[in-house]
This record gives sequence, structure tokens and C-alpha cells, in this order.
Amino acid sequence: MDYALKRFLQLIPILLGITFLSFLLMYMAGSDAVTELYTNRGIEVAQEVIDARREELGLNLPFFEQYMRWLWALLHGDMGVSYVTGEAVFGAFLHKLPATLLLTLLAVLLTVVISLPCGIVAAVRHDKAVDLLLRFVSFIGNAMPNFFVAMLLMQFLGIQLGVLPVISSGMDVKSAVMPTLTLAIAMSAKYLRQVRSSVLEELGKEYVQGAMARGVSDRVILWKNVMKASLLTIMTLLALSIGSLLGGTAIIESIFMWDGVGKMAVDAINMRDYPVIQMYVMWMAIIYVFVNLVTDLLYHQLDPRIRMGVSRR
Amino acid sequence: MSEVTVRVQAVRRNHLRRKLLLFSALAGLLILVAFFSSSLCPYDPYAQNLAIAKAAPSAEHWLGTDRYGRDMFSRVIAGSSTSIFSTLLLVGFITVFGSLIGIFCAWAGKRIDTFIMRLADMFLAFPGLVFALAVAAVLGGGVHNAIFALAAISWPKYARLARSQVLAQQELPYMQAAKMAGCTSWQLISRHVVPNIAGPLLVTAMLDIGTMMMELAGLSFLGLGAKPPIPEWGSMMSDTRNLLATQPWVTLAPGFAIFLSVMIFNLLGDTVRDWLDPKNRR
Amino acid sequence: MNEIIRYDHVDVSYNGKRVVHDISFCVQPGEILGIAGESGSGKSTLLRAALGLLGKDGLVTRGDIWYQGKSLPDLAPQELRRRCGADIGMIFQAAGRSFCAIRTVQAQLWEMMQAHGMTDRQLFMAQVEEMFAKFGFREPRRILASYPFELSGGMQQRVGVAAAMLLRPKVLLADEPTSALDVTVQRQVIDEMLLARELFGTAILLVTHNIGVIRAMADKMLVLRAGEAVEYGKAAEILTRPQAGDTRKLLAAVPQLRR
Repeated sequence: MDYALKRFLQLIPILLGITFLSFLLMYMAGSDAVTELYTNRGIEVAQEVIDARREELGLNLPFFEQYMRWLWALLHGDMGVSYVTGEAVFGAFLHKLPATLLLTLLAVLLTVVISLPCGIVAAVRHDKAVDLLLRFVSFIGNAMPNFFVAMLLMQFLGIQLGVLPVISSGMDVKSAVMPTLTLAIAMSAKYLRQVRSSVLEELGKEYVQGAMARGVSDRVILWKNVMKASLLTIMTLLALSIGSLLGGTAIIESIFMWDGVGKMAVDAINMRDYPVIQMYVMWMAIIYVFVNLVTDLLYHQLDPRIRMGVSRR
Repeated sequence: MSEVTVRVQAVRRNHLRRKLLLFSALAGLLILVAFFSSSLCPYDPYAQNLAIAKAAPSAEHWLGTDRYGRDMFSRVIAGSSTSIFSTLLLVGFITVFGSLIGIFCAWAGKRIDTFIMRLADMFLAFPGLVFALAVAAVLGGGVHNAIFALAAISWPKYARLARSQVLAQQELPYMQAAKMAGCTSWQLISRHVVPNIAGPLLVTAMLDIGTMMMELAGLSFLGLGAKPPIPEWGSMMSDTRNLLATQPWVTLAPGFAIFLSVMIFNLLGDTVRDWLDPKNRR
Repeated sequence: MNEIIRYDHVDVSYNGKRVVHDISFCVQPGEILGIAGESGSGKSTLLRAALGLLGKDGLVTRGDIWYQGKSLPDLAPQELRRRCGADIGMIFQAAGRSFCAIRTVQAQLWEMMQAHGMTDRQLFMAQVEEMFAKFGFREPRRILASYPFELSGGMQQRVGVAAAMLLRPKVLLADEPTSALDVTVQRQVIDEMLLARELFGTAILLVTHNIGVIRAMADKMLVLRAGEAVEYGKAAEILTRPQAGDTRKLLAAVPQLRR
């Protein structure tokens, strides 16, 4: 528990850094809330009104003070209003977040279901036909950008076979299949390789020979020893690849019109709706940081070497 | 004993040198195509001819035409220039810039080192493309801004790698010896450190070319990279998206071009990695 | 011929490259054969060949390793695996690393006994404690509950020997069992292996580059150079009157254990 607390405290500067970079981004965008607010709504107002409003919002203050005020508001759940709709962005974000989380979760599950067994098989049958085939497939998958995969799936499953809707029509199962598949294909190709190489590395360790010399069967060596040891690495790698998955949702959601925060962000980019972009960036980073924190804590719990404060190797 | 058992062993050969030659040649060819793309295009990639818009692939137009009647084959060839050179520029830049920062950190003493590394951690806290997306959005698109956005999120990886490599080198006895022999910091870095850490950095850079190409194309796909009518593979795909149902070749051709290029660079990267791996040196 | 294990014109190759060539020797029950040679001379490959631990690239390309009338390289993998541990035990240079780092010693010893048909946990504990007592361990329970990395280097080797003896194998393969230890601890491990032979009549194939260890333990010895036998015979004779130049070099290079 001590360790968890320590990791939590270490998180504070990172979280501050995330907010700082997110704020800096907005600040550098140059446009400010008042002008954007009025121009986007097509309202003509006198310069005095704008100045007064700027004064009121503290936009004339020095950079650092603005940041502190922004941070203070943030801690109270106030993340500003959208330039386009004029609504509080945080509410809109929370409203759309479940769709993205659902998509991410499905993609992660599918990825694990595909890559874990395949990666293990490839490692165990190292350099045999199965391994070569799986390596080839994952190599192909690795060279395809996710939007290309999306297009291919749309073409084959949506248009040629017509089994799935090309554009999502809400959050039903059929609409979820293609975006999930797209994200999972891209991620599996990468993850399969990682699973394979971490199992392979573990299989090359001396204890495997040791267990063989003790007469332990291959099955027991693999499932009770090798997998237990490499699961820690595999878990960490999974958490890390959730990063590229979260980033990938933006493109995929907007291609398939999946109504999540990724699509919201892309729409916001096209309309230069900076508060929305800012919040998207910040929350994605926060989610990612927490995913990694949880993994780290799990790792800590499961690895006796780290739990007992012995450095690895 | 006259009879001794003999067992036949299957031998795997490693054609590393041949693979390296082949993939280097392919990558070289790709770069040549990109370099001479303007003279290789059978048609002007910008010339519109609505009379032949949305034509299917034919002998004249190998990949058909888009909705303005522009020759897709020419556009894909022309796109190679933007896609490949911007990727190489990006990877080259972050490799050099990131490594310099890393070397600087390792040499600069604890406070500056800690500060820059914490900064790097902040950038690494943002998942994947998310931060690049926002940077590109704020800067307002364009190839250069897309490169800058991706550079902004990728330098920490190189800085960290270079830093850890330099720190490892500093521990080695030969460095102590060189120091005692009176080498200046500059001499140490240029003569001893850089040659010794170049290998791992080069491999990382080579393996990153494919990823970076896909991410640049991704930004362009979202309208945050090259802007139409400039032919660029990512933006071409997004531009022709609604032709997918009727003229799929128009949408998919640039995708295949990305796929092919990424695959060639990945193959080359993997081979270079294996080649530099001391385990494979016999 | 009442030998327990016999190498007969053995060649071992890795991916087409021969690393051991035409090695023949035999070992009687309770006998200790020291195999000496520089690093890279194929000593440890020779041991691994017996248990089929050559990895996917290694193969006994020529010759046989005879054990109880069967040639080990020709046994089906499962059949060979059944003999590993039970008939032929092995102790590694870093015995600690021959156990999975994230599981306790007890779990892995139980796994070994289960692989050889044991189902009774109480019986297992009794046997382990008995074996540990024979080798003079003071806190068997604590050792069992430990993770491998929690034990000292010397303790890891000693536990390795005791664990290898659990199934009372007729042959113990020892791959540089003392090389990672300092001299005082080396003595303990050597004594423990000698005790194993005394208690169970185990034959030992001892691979080492340390002539001192051979001097302290071996009845016969084999000197290897670049995968080929240079000299083979009674240890005492070879150590006092080395015939081959390579043996002389080895003898000169390595300090004796007691000095």
C-alpha cells in the first residue's frame, strides 16, 4: 500500500504537466474565447464589449496567472464552453465518453483474444510453419494504417458482402463490429509480435532448461512458469498499446461515425473549437496515465522480485 | 564399433546480407521514384478533365480517374514525393534532435537532466496520436505543421534512448581512460560516444520510418497534413472516401501505396536491426 | 560392462556447425568423471546432449548416449523427459536461475515430484525435509518458502544439489557447479556432491574449467579442446603426468584449490 501511495504522489507532477501542456496548447492557438465565441455565433459586437468580456474572463492577465485560474476552474469541473455550441464542454465530453470507452474495451478484448493465443503458439512453435505464417500476417497488419484497414473492411464487409452497415447507426452491435475490428486488427498485428517475443525471451531463460532437466512436462513449463512470468510483460505492453488505441479511436470513430469523444474531437478540429480539443487531449492523457498506473500496481503485486524490493535480474 | 548412428540435421541458413541488399534496393527504388516523381507521372496529377471523371482502370489510366478526372496513377506517383520525403525529414529530424537532447542531458548534470527528462515524461503521458492531433489542429494543418506535431511527440523517445546509451558508455572503463588521457568533452562525445551509440539509434529510426509514415498519413487523412489538391496519400484517401462504394480503386490505391512503402521500410528496418545484432555476426 | 552411462562416438552440431566431435567415455555407478576444458570447448554441450537440452538448433548428429540399454538421443521426447530428473539429474552453474524467479522453491520442487507421479503433498514435504536434513540444512521450511533469488549463491547451489537428489537419480550431471562461488563456499558444494555419491551411489559427470575441483572430486577425467577429446583416463594419472600439451596448459593456468 505504501508503494501505491508513492506512485500516486508521483502522478501529481505528471498530471500537472498534462494540464500545463494542454493549457499551453490552447494559449498558443492565439485565438481567445471571447472573439471565437462571438465570431462563431456570427454576432457583431462593439470592441468595448469584447474588452469588457476579456477583462471579466481574465484573458488580459499574465500567462501563469491565467493558467492558475484555469486550473482552479478545472478542479471545480469547469472546463470552459464550446465555441460552437456555447455549452459546457465537460458535460458533452462525459456524455460521449462511454461510447469511446466501449469501443476501446471491445477492441482491447478482441485484440487479447486474437494475439494472446496466436503469440503464444508462434513462440512455442518458433520458426515452424505456424510461426512463419503468423509472423507474415502480423507483418502485413503492421504495415497498414488503420484508416486503410477501415476502408478495406467497409469495401469487403459493408459494400461487397453487405453484411454490415458502413456507417454506424447508433450504439448497436452491428455498428460496433467494423470499428472494433479495425482497431483490433491494427493493434493485434503489433501486439502479437510483442506477445511472441516476450514469450520467446522467457522460453530462452535458464529456468526453462532447469525445469526440463527436472522432468517437468512442456505443458506445465509453459502454462505454470513461462506464462506466469511473461504475463507481467504482456500486461504492461497491453497497457502501453492502449495508448495508440486511444489515439486511433479519433480517426476510426470519425470514419465510421461512431459517436464518441474521438469523433467529437475531430469535428472540433475542423471547426477550430479549441476548448473541446483541449479537453479531449487532457482527458485522453489522464485516462492513459491511470491505465498505466493500474498496470504498474498490478505488476508490483504480482512480481515477488519487485514486491520484495529486489531489482530485476 | 563399425556402426555409428548418424542423424541428419536440418540447417537453416540466414541470408541476411542478401536480404539487406534486396530491401535496401527496394527502399532506394522507392526514394528514386519519389525523387523523380514529377517526370515519372504519365499525366499531370493536377490536370482536371471532367469528361473522363470517375473512369475505371484502363490502358490509358491504370488506376482510373478521380471525380475531377485526374489520373489516379499519376496522383499516386506524385504523392510519393510528399509522403516519403516528409516522413524521412521527420524521422531524420527527431533522430538528430532527440539524440542531441539525450546526449546533452547525460552530460549536463543532474538538475538540467532531471528537468528535461520530466518534460519528456509529460510528453510521453499523452497517448499515441492524441497530442499530435491537437498540436496540428492548433497550428492549422499543412505538411510542415504535421511534421512539427509528430516531432513534438516523438523526440522524448530518442532523447531517452540516447541518454541511457550515453550513460551506459560513461560507465565503461575506456571512457575513464580517455578522460584521464585528457580528452575534452567534445572529443569524448564526437570520437567515442557518438560512434558507439549510433547503432541502436539508427535501428530505432529505421523501424520508426513505417510508423511515422502511417501517422503522417493519418494526420493528412484528418485534414491536418497536406491539403488538397496537393497529392498526398493520406489526404487522397480521405478526399475520395465517398467513391469507395462505386470506384473503390480510387480510394484504395493510395492506401496500397502507403502499405507497400511502409512494408518496404519495415523490412529494411528489421533487416538492419538483425544485421547490427552481434548475435547474427558470425 | 556394468557402466551406468556411456557416450559412444558422440558428435553434436548446432544448425549445421559441429561443436563436439567423436567423444566416447563411460562411467560406472558411483564414479565421478571430471570433464575439463576451456570455455567454449563443448563441455557443457556434452551434458545437455544427454537430457535433450540442446535447444531447437542443437542435435546429436552422430553416435549414441547409452543409458540402461537405450540410446538417449533416439528416445521419444516424452520418454526422455520422464528420465530427466528421475534417472539423470542435473545441477547448473547458477542453480538459482534454473528455477523460475517468480515462484517459490517449494512450488517448483512439488511440480518436479508431480511430474514423476507423486500426488501426496504430505509425503512430498516429508521427503524434502528428509533430504534436506541429510545434507545438513538447518531451516528447510524457510528455504522451501523462499523465492530462488532470496537465497545466497552458495545456498542456491546447495539447494540445487539436494533438489536434484530428491528422486535419487543414478547419474548427476553437474555443469560448472562451483564456478560462480568463492573458494570457501566451493568446498561446501563439493562436499555435498561427494556426500550424494556416498549416500546414494550416484555417478557424477562433472564439467568444470577448474582443475582444482576435478582434483578434489574426480576418479576419471576427460580433457576437451575445441570439441574433441585430448586426453581421457584416471584423474590421478592425468593430473600428475599429463600427456597432451593442452592438459598441461590447463593444469598450469588454474590455481589449485588448496593453496
